[in-house]
Amino acid sequence: MEAVIADIRHELAADLDGAFPDLVRSRQDRIFSGVLRMVRHHADAADITQETFIRAYRALGGYEPARIEAMSLDGWLWTIAINLCRNRGRSRSPVPATIPEQPDRSVGPEELALRSTEEARWQQRLLALSPAQRAAVVLRHVVGLGYDEIAEATGRPVGTVKADVHRALTRLRRMVEREEAT
Amino acid sequence: MRIEQALSELATTAPATVLAGVMVGTGLWDEYAVFAGPTEPVIVAWNRRGVTACVPLSAVGEEAAFPGRHPRPARKAAAVPRRIEGRLRHALESGRLGDLPVDLSALGDFQRAVLEKCAEIPPGEIRPYGWVAAEIGSPGAVRAVGTALGNNPVPILIPCHRVVRSDGRIGDYAYGTQMKRDLLVAEGVDPGAVEETARRNVRFTGSDTTGIYCYPTCRHARRVGETHKVEFHSAAEAGSLGYRPCKVCRPAA
Repeated sequence: MEAVIADIRHELAADLDGAFPDLVRSRQDRIFSGVLRMVRHHADAADITQETFIRAYRALGGYEPARIEAMSLDGWLWTIAINLCRNRGRSRSPVPATIPEQPDRSVGPEELALRSTEEARWQQRLLALSPAQRAAVVLRHVVGLGYDEIAEATGRPVGTVKADVHRALTRLRRMVEREEAT
Repeated sequence: MRIEQALSELATTAPATVLAGVMVGTGLWDEYAVFAGPTEPVIVAWNRRGVTACVPLSAVGEEAAFPGRHPRPARKAAAVPRRIEGRLRHALESGRLGDLPVDLSALGDFQRAVLEKCAEIPPGEIRPYGWVAAEIGSPGAVRAVGTALGNNPVPILIPCHRVVRSDGRIGDYAYGTQMKRDLLVAEGVDPGAVEETARRNVRFTGSDTTGIYCYPTCRHARRVGETHKVEFHSAAEAGSLGYRPCKVCRPAA
């Protein structure tokens, strides 16, 4: 894992245009998976994933090779992604904490299908968390980032991130238990 | 542990549109569409930085064949984006690039210098390959100039059809001599008259009232009345008779 990361940074530093498609291919699934759990709409998640890489490309173009070689790429990419998620959240209506009784006509068939599954229930549980807890637990357990990378991405101390992940897991566990009890 | 496991299973794959969207958005992939050209439809490709290709549709055959001959990945677009469309139309109609952004960043320094120089030639005027070579400070590189222009990724927009053989004949064109002649006719040059002048070994024309000599298609040369027009076989001949080179067309030896 470490070797792969070091390698792509080296390639990006030497030939940004040549290596950039590989960066996208190697990380788009993880970025998309994480973003999808932080925003409500599938189309928003695709947009944000796309925009994250476009912004990353523009930023990398202005960096010295030595700076690229020394970067924590995943933490940095997630800094961009999380900012975009936050901005998107502000321009959207608040997220409902429970599944609405009436079908939501603002969502496409893809999302309606998703809602009938176990995955949709997880989506709803995650959306019931505070943004900070949700970001921390999604980055830790859906994306698989380390605590220091999450700290970099969210701009919060490592200790706070660990506490957020712990609290989020506790809340999710309670939600599952409550659902099973009813 | 059950929670962590369930969360890790939420990982999924990104839609295929993401990679293509990123590549187009960064300018690493181009987009292309068909557009009306001065003599026939052209295929135009562009990225974030500007236009990267402009080729006659007839030279490609069909639209679907374009990506195969474009040097970078290209995705078909519904239309030319608005930020480019007006300037592109104006460039094709006026025969001048104007403020149309053209992305030549994939080219080498020499070819870029040749094409930038070529773009200065106004519509309705022609210059020899040797003029381009001299103007970019490589007077010996006439053949290389021909190669650079022959591989012009944005013909018509960067008017390589306005560069002709140093003996005055119209010469070759990447899409055939006939298209070169048609493009020149469309902007008011008479290729027959140009070649007739060349056959008589006339390279420059001057005015006996101003004492200045030009390339025969220079806008200043065309203004000279027949009674005051003088013809020269070489710059040396014009110079020996006391004529000085025009500061606009800058005739090269």
